[in-house]
Parts: sequence; C-alpha cells; structure tokens
Amino acid sequence: MLEKALHGNRRYWGWLAFLAAVVGMGAFFYLRQLGYGLGITGMSRDVTWGLYIAQFTFLVGIAASAVMVVLPYYLHDYKAFGRITILGEFLAVAAVVMCVTFIVIDLGRPERAFNVLLHPSPRSILFWDMVVLTGYLLLNLVIGWTVLENERNGTAPPAWVKPLIWLSIPWAISIHTVTAFIYAGLPGRDFWLTAIMAPRFLASAFASGPALLVLLCLVLRRYGGFDAGREPLQALARIIAYALAASLFFVLMELFTAFYSGIPGHAEPFRYLYAGLDGHTRLVPWMWTSAVLAVLALVTLIVPATRRNEAWLALACVAVFASLWIEKGLGLVVTGFIPSPLGRITEYAPTGPEVAITLGVWALGFIILTALYRIALGVRKETEA
Amino acid sequence: MHGSRRDFLKLTGIALIGAAVPDALLPAALAPAWAGAPGYRADARALKAARWGMAVDLAKCRPDCTDCIAACHAAHNVPAFGHPKDEIAWIRRETFGRIFPAQVHAHLEPRRQAGPVIALCNHCANPPCVRVCPTGATFRRPDGIVMMDYHRCIGCRFCIAACPYGARSMNYRDPRPFIRRIDPGFPTRTKGVVEKCNFCVERLAVGKPPACVAACPEKALAFGDLEAPDSAVRRAIAGRTVLRRKPELGTEPQVYYTL
Repeated sequence: MLEKALHGNRRYWGWLAFLAAVVGMGAFFYLRQLGYGLGITGMSRDVTWGLYIAQFTFLVGIAASAVMVVLPYYLHDYKAFGRITILGEFLAVAAVVMCVTFIVIDLGRPERAFNVLLHPSPRSILFWDMVVLTGYLLLNLVIGWTVLENERNGTAPPAWVKPLIWLSIPWAISIHTVTAFIYAGLPGRDFWLTAIMAPRFLASAFASGPALLVLLCLVLRRYGGFDAGREPLQALARIIAYALAASLFFVLMELFTAFYSGIPGHAEPFRYLYAGLDGHTRLVPWMWTSAVLAVLALVTLIVPATRRNEAWLALACVAVFASLWIEKGLGLVVTGFIPSPLGRITEYAPTGPEVAITLGVWALGFIILTALYRIALGVRKETEA
Repeated sequence: MHGSRRDFLKLTGIALIGAAVPDALLPAALAPAWAGAPGYRADARALKAARWGMAVDLAKCRPDCTDCIAACHAAHNVPAFGHPKDEIAWIRRETFGRIFPAQVHAHLEPRRQAGPVIALCNHCANPPCVRVCPTGATFRRPDGIVMMDYHRCIGCRFCIAACPYGARSMNYRDPRPFIRRIDPGFPTRTKGVVEKCNFCVERLAVGKPPACVAACPEKALAFGDLEAPDSAVRRAIAGRTVLRRKPELGTEPQVYYTL
C-alpha cells in the first residue's frame, strides 16, 4: 500500500516539496542549535521549558483525540465515523511522531536520548511518557494499517485487531494523563500543582483534536477528492462543543480556587496570564485572544444554525484550535516558571531559530500525515471504483 | 530477496542471543578489559557521615562578602557569563525576603528583609529532582548527598522544573570559554547538561571540608554529620531558632539557617 504515497498530481507533489523546504529550514537551524546549544532559544535559567515542550504537550492532546472517533465507531457502532476513523488514527500517528521529535530537539544532549532505555527509571514520569507514547504510536499504526489493508482486499479485519482497538481507547486517555502528571506532580510549581490538570488536558484535547480533524476533512473535500459527508462533521462539531465547554469550565474552576483562596503561589501565575505581574504583561494579549476565541467558538458551535453552516463550522474550528494552542501551548508551560522559585519574574519569548525549528517539526508531521492520508484515500478510491 | 531478508533476521537473532549471554559464560579471551583490574579503594583521609548537612548562621554572614561563592565557583569550574539568561550558579547570595518569603511581613525591618542569605542545593532527604530524573543521572548517595552524573544527563531539565529552590542550572552553551581559570582538579562540563552544588564530594573524599565552608571568613557555615550529636552542624543548630527553605513541601532540606 505504501506505493500509493508515491502517486499524486502536481498539487500533491508541490505541497510535499513546500513541506520539505520548511523541514530543511528547520534542520538548518537545528544544526546550529546542536552546535551552539539550547542557548540559541529564548529559554533561560528561570524559564527552562519553552515552545518545544509546549508543542509536545499540545500535540499529545491531538494524538489522544483520535479516541473521539475510534470510541463511537468501534464501541457504539456509530457508522457515520466509519469513513473518518482511519483519518483520526493516522492523525494520531503523525501527532505522536511530532511529540517525540519535539522532546528530542528539546534535549540538551539528544545523542544520549537512549539513556532513558539504558537506565529505565520507573519513578520518573518521563519514563512512563516514553512507554505510553511508543505504545500509542504502534497501536495506531498497526490498527490503522491492518484495517485499511483488509478494506483493500475486501476481507474482514483479523480477530486480533479487535482487542488492540479496545486497548487503544484507555491507552489514548493514558497518554494525556501521563503528560499531565509531568506537570502536576512537582512540588513548588503551584501553577501546575492541580489535580484537575489531567481532566483539563483531556477536555482541551477532545476539543482541539476533533477541530483539526474537521478542518482536515474540509481540506480533503476541496483538494483531496474525498468527501467525509455531512453527518460525521456535525457529530464532531457536537463533540467539540461539549469538550470545549468542559475545558472552559475547568479553567474557571482553576481561577476560582486561585483567586478565592488568595494563596499567592496559586493566584500569581493566573494574574501573570490575564493581567500581568509587576508590569510583566507579555502573555496577556495572547491569553485574552485565546479566551475570546474560545467563547466565540463555543457560541458558534452551540447555536444550531451556525453549527450546521459549514463555513461557520470551519471558522469555529480554526478558533478552537488557535485558542487551545495558545492556552495549552504558550500559557501553560511557560507560566509554570513564573514567578521563579526565588520569586523573580523572567519572561520568555521564542527566538527566530526556535520558531524555525518548531515549524520544521510541524512540517515533518504534515509530510507524514499527507503521505498516510494519500494511502488511505487511495485505498478508498480503489475499493469504491 | 527473501533469502537475504531471512539471513538478516537470523543474524539479528544471533546478535540478540549473544547480547543476552552473561559475561561469566564467555570464554576468557572475550572477557571485558576491566576484569581482574584492582578495585577502587577510598582515600584513608576521606570524611564520612551518615547524613551530611549544613548550617548557615545568618547573624554572622556579612552583606558585602562573596568569598564562599568565589571559592565554590573557582573550585568547580563554574563559568561566568555575565548575564542572567545563561547563568550557572552552585551557590548564590540572595536576600532574606527572597529565600524566606513566608517570613516577610509589613513590620519586618528593611535591613533584615534585605539581609544576605546564602542559597545552595539543600541535598533534600526526599529530593524531587531525583524522583523525576528519567535516567538516574541525578541520584542520592547513602550519606545524603544528591549528585549529578554529567555523562549520563540528557539535558531534559525535568529536574530544574522539579526543584523548588532554583538550585539547578542548565548549560545552555559551552561553558569552557567562560571559566576564568580552569582548575584541572575538577571536571568541566559540556553544553547541554544540568549541574548543581555537590557538597564538595571531591573534597570530602580527600578529607577536606566543602570549599564554601573553608572560605567563609566569619565561620558562618557549619558542616558535618547530622546524625552525630557532637558534629559541627548539630552544635551550630542546637538551641537555636532554625529555618529551612519551604519545609512544607516535604522535601526535607538538609541545609539549616539559624537566626
């Protein structure tokens, strides 16, 4: 089936060439980072995780959200998702590859990455994150590929795939729970020290991932010669609406606890995010953009007339994706370091090379996604013909 | 094509079996090079303790003095970048207000609030940095010293996020050009690894106290075995009001501050 990725029209090859150029630009700057060190980024003594780890965190959510199509289709036999389940699974594959790449480029000594395997440390959450991410990548690759191959041959998927599919459902929850535990188990980082971190991560993931899937389906309809149909997109829209509402609700609960208790360690990071702290306001416009986009998207998705209009639905999905990318990407990771353990406020902004490397990793993910979607849709076309 | 694939799989299988054979079963010619080499013997002068700890007498510490910092950073080849972004510090001078924010109140004399407090790694009995390290590059010795293996560290900086004291530094770039005078007695670090205070294990191993303790002109730093009632550190805290940094976090810091 792999050969299907090698057939395409000029637009397909042009898109891949563009992505390859972006990957090349990222690789160029990554080589410079390897030479100079992570000091080439905006990270500092006080803010030691930045854009890379933020992308990793956000993309784990995108990967986990595949469960939002897998679960209704396989557990509830919701037929409308039959056409897009493979798209969700392959999106998860591309997202996990991006996650792992972001972790590796964030390492000070990437050539020693395999020390995590050589010296397994079960007390470290990063060890478990490696375990669950690797498992999730394999599960989605094996399930997606096997189901697709049988679809091409007109045969029923082998019996052993079913247990793997069931396993992939709690496994998807686990990858984002473990990712939340990276943050939520640290003493002295009050902003992250919240039991609601994992539920909050899952809620925002189940909004941002399906939003991206809706947008991908709309792009495929226009440029890929594949129509997912109206019903699955509307079902996804309802899922996004519920998940986004839960995500906003969880953020409001955080704000209540932080500000009503008045405990400085909990209130100060939120004050930094939404009002600025001691004149440091770099994230304030971003966070309010995120909040406004989320509320507008929620209204658009709840009102039936706008939800059913696919132009409005597309706008709402762009807003959901952008809003949660800001909230979970920029806001959540950086603010854990503000103020520092010594009470200092060091602001963070990514540097040019850091942004270029980040774009390169996204482009790499989209190359994988494009190739996998090409294969899936090629098989579809073949069996429908 | 099939033949070559089968051969490849066979070879892989043989290699895997080979890797699983214990050293003892290998013929002598294949024994590792270090077999039969003399074992490591500790220096007879080495200082030993059940649990190392330090006491800092805040009343003795002079606001204009940085001798302990200079001695530590010279002994450990700590670079000086001259700006806070890449800064590496094993021991630093902060104000009382920054180190003990919970003790600050509206009527605290400004002199006290701005008074100097030396901050270093607390060598916690329950260290979060050790818990989170994915490779075991940060570990705790039986005598309580929390150490770094600079050759195993992958530079993920999880330990920096986990440390509630800001005691750890990342080598964001090659530190060597920024070391004033390289002391060959202690290894320099490379870019991409995390480092911190090691309670001068290399000096304890040859019978010397930590560099900061030896350098303090006011004898404000006391070092010793916290399990031994007559040790310098126990005598320094006996009968005094003692503060520890953020004890409510359960990390059990082993650096004590006396007022």
